[in-house]
Amino acid sequence: MIPSAFKFYKPDNLQKAVALMADFGDEARVIAGGHSLIPVMKQRLTDIKHLIDLSAINELKGINIKENSISIGAMTTQVELITNEELFKVVPIIREASLQIADPQVRNLGTIGGNVANGDPANDMPGLMQLLDATYKISGIKGIREIKAREFYEGAYFTAREDDEILVSISFNTPTGGYSYEKQKRKIGDYATAAAGVILNVDNGVCSSASIALTNLSDTPVYCSDAVSMLIGKQIDDSLLSEVTKSCVEQSDPVADQRGPVEFKKYVAGIVINKALKRAFERS
Amino acid sequence: MEKINVSLKVNGKDETLSVEPRTLLVHALREHLEYTGAHIGCSSSHCGACTVDMNGKSVKSCTIFAPQAEGADILTVEGISTPDKLHVIQEMFKEHHGLQCGYCTPGMIMRSYRFLQENPNPTEEEVRFGISGNLCRCTGYQNIVKSIMAAASKLREEANVEKKEIA
Repeated sequence: MIPSAFKFYKPDNLQKAVALMADFGDEARVIAGGHSLIPVMKQRLTDIKHLIDLSAINELKGINIKENSISIGAMTTQVELITNEELFKVVPIIREASLQIADPQVRNLGTIGGNVANGDPANDMPGLMQLLDATYKISGIKGIREIKAREFYEGAYFTAREDDEILVSISFNTPTGGYSYEKQKRKIGDYATAAAGVILNVDNGVCSSASIALTNLSDTPVYCSDAVSMLIGKQIDDSLLSEVTKSCVEQSDPVADQRGPVEFKKYVAGIVINKALKRAFERS
Repeated sequence: MEKINVSLKVNGKDETLSVEPRTLLVHALREHLEYTGAHIGCSSSHCGACTVDMNGKSVKSCTIFAPQAEGADILTVEGISTPDKLHVIQEMFKEHHGLQCGYCTPGMIMRSYRFLQENPNPTEEEVRFGISGNLCRCTGYQNIVKSIMAAASKLREEANVEKKEIA
């Protein structure tokens, strides 16, 4: 499968990349790891005249761990997220989730920035970033702005990013408490039939703070605000977690596809959400 | 369409190619440089038949444009051995019948080559997870896993012998 022809650019700083995006408008696309983009280019589902490779831009690289916060450059690969021991110490859920993405070869090239900015509801990182209440730093010709992951996704492949903007980095406060990312998929390399991330802080059996987000269960990631309010201040037990699971499933809105009909997906969602809640509680 | 020059190292040899930017790395290797070891299976980054080593990492060469590999150090299955002397991993695939039709084999070998450097003493489960980006439609994987486990053990023996010789 051969994509249609394009011109190739490899700017060595962010300013040049942004200028190229501004010049070419919607005829240009950036390429990070390329493992979402190249397959759709091969199927000629997209018409790109100018391809801008971000791999030479240092401003987009690196994992910066501070006392209470973490910043990850958009071009950081999944394998870099998995193998960074310092990151694992402070946010182990990133390794847990990243190891469930695609396969070893794809993780060697796939980036966190591509995964979050593409707007594919099947990608795992958008849900994970909503779970962590992350902030995206975006650069465009008009300057730099920040937007919360929980406000970034508008629909499948539609995000708050403008055509001429580039995602620079992702930052979030270091989470505390128990965590879990549970994903049901048909085989390694497939997207989730349903996946859920949970973070729980528990004092003497009572939930003091919580976060829950779902992957591939709507046309955007789903942050389960209703379920979170049900948890906070309550004594955690199996029956509460069942009620919370029910609320999350109600907030999901999956579509039928080759992974199954809506009823099946909601059933699987219930299983992975409940598992994630229980595992996070155990680890809290 | 306009061509651009791409310079890269393949199997230890510096190469410069004149290609259209849309040329995939696997096509550059097979058609421009005649390294036909990397196979095109699904051409959609699922099957792993096109796996090569790029800068010390396993990658699927069907999902990389040639200009993205500018300056890269590429190793294909042709680069790990000679026709007279096979690599230990190839020997073990032969001995343990780790292939039937052979189509996935160069990808399996190249992934194993890198995987056993990442994890020289793997469990069977780790082998299966390590090669999870490579599909085989013949073997059911049993003999592939056996071959890789046997290669791991041979490579560890060789490394120990070398260590002793140096000491």
